Amino acid sequence: MANSSHRAPPSDAQLRVKALESLLVEKGLVDPQVLDAIVDHYENKVGPHIGAKVVAKAWTDSGFKARLLKDASATLAEMGFTGMEGSHIVVKENTDKVHNLVVCTLCSCYPWPVLGLPPNWYKSAPYRARAVRDPRGLLKEFGLELPAETALRVWDSNAEIRYLVLPRQPEGAEGMSEQALSEIVTRDSMVGAGVVSLRQ
Amino acid sequence: MNGIHDLGGMDNIGPLNIEQDEPVFHADWERRTFALTLAMLAAGACPVDEIRHMSELIPPADYLRFKYYEKWLRGLEFMLVKKNLVTDEELESGRAEAATASLEAAAPETLQHIMSNRLPAFAAVELAPKFKAGDAIIAKNINPLGHTRLPRYLRGRRGEVEMDHGVFLLPDANAHGEPERPQHVYGVRFSAQELWGEDAPAGDSVHIDLFDDYMDLAEQSLA
Repeated sequence: MANSSHRAPPSDAQLRVKALESLLVEKGLVDPQVLDAIVDHYENKVGPHIGAKVVAKAWTDSGFKARLLKDASATLAEMGFTGMEGSHIVVKENTDKVHNLVVCTLCSCYPWPVLGLPPNWYKSAPYRARAVRDPRGLLKEFGLELPAETALRVWDSNAEIRYLVLPRQPEGAEGMSEQALSEIVTRDSMVGAGVVSLRQ
Repeated sequence: MNGIHDLGGMDNIGPLNIEQDEPVFHADWERRTFALTLAMLAAGACPVDEIRHMSELIPPADYLRFKYYEKWLRGLEFMLVKKNLVTDEELESGRAEAATASLEAAAPETLQHIMSNRLPAFAAVELAPKFKAGDAIIAKNINPLGHTRLPRYLRGRRGEVEMDHGVFLLPDANAHGEPERPQHVYGVRFSAQELWGEDAPAGDSVHIDLFDDYMDLAEQSLA
């Protein structure tokens, strides 16, 4: 299975982390309580469901969408969707003429407060290498073939600014509620590696 | 540093592996590595730029072979030893054995605060911008041996400033404990054809955020 390599424990990482944690706790450099709080926050609290809420609200509330596109950092902070790796967020809107794709070629910068931690493919060498060089070819591997006339804009988030894509609302989704819309918005569509569709 | 981390534009780097229904963490050691790193950053052990640079120092073959959080772990170990917070021997034994530098552990409230509040990274200084929207620029051909956030694939290429994001601290200085160098950061557009040649799609572009020190006005560079 192609993905099994993610699950195999590396030879010594497990032991090294265990030793490091007990060492840092013994030295008083780390409060063990904070470790569980950090894991809980990023494993259970933040994630793409937050970005999906933002997208659904933007689709149903044009005033909100305008504020989001003008100053996402402040607009998202008002909703409580802010924090580490997300104090400076810019939202880029996909249209019938423009498609946006986000990458961090130098490491793995990603808007944590709205999307949670990035998936392995986003952090992987092939994605980082190709997103700027061959983004159309890369998108095909996600099942997305962009029309030649669509302008593709790739955002390499190398500084403190993090990017979130506002995907297009699919045709046929006009009358849906904000809640129902938030359930069809995918993580990949908010990175630009996918589009939102009504098909499951 | 022209390291393996600077991956933009490389070919033949392997297949894209997309895992369906991927969990946030794949194993407990990943959770602990992530949390230990954030806890040490929150305690003020180093700026985030410095720990990013620690991962860049991993030898290229290891960098490509390592799982993502192995890179974090190695970077964290490098940083802790560099800051004399732990020793290599202690990393080996897992026991406190030496008199090392001390640091107050970050409290749970501190973590809650930084994980959930907007803490802008703006530098607290007023500085006149060197560039403005619409300026034609050339990304500098710099090749520092230390940390930089100007990727290789842009150096020497012409772009256009789209917006001014405000004043931030230059990572190149921050990562090495040098005096802070606050500068404006600008969103800059490079056409795909400028970067990759005439075969690239005409309307496509790459947009990236560049510090004052990373670029020159195009006219000046031509002089």
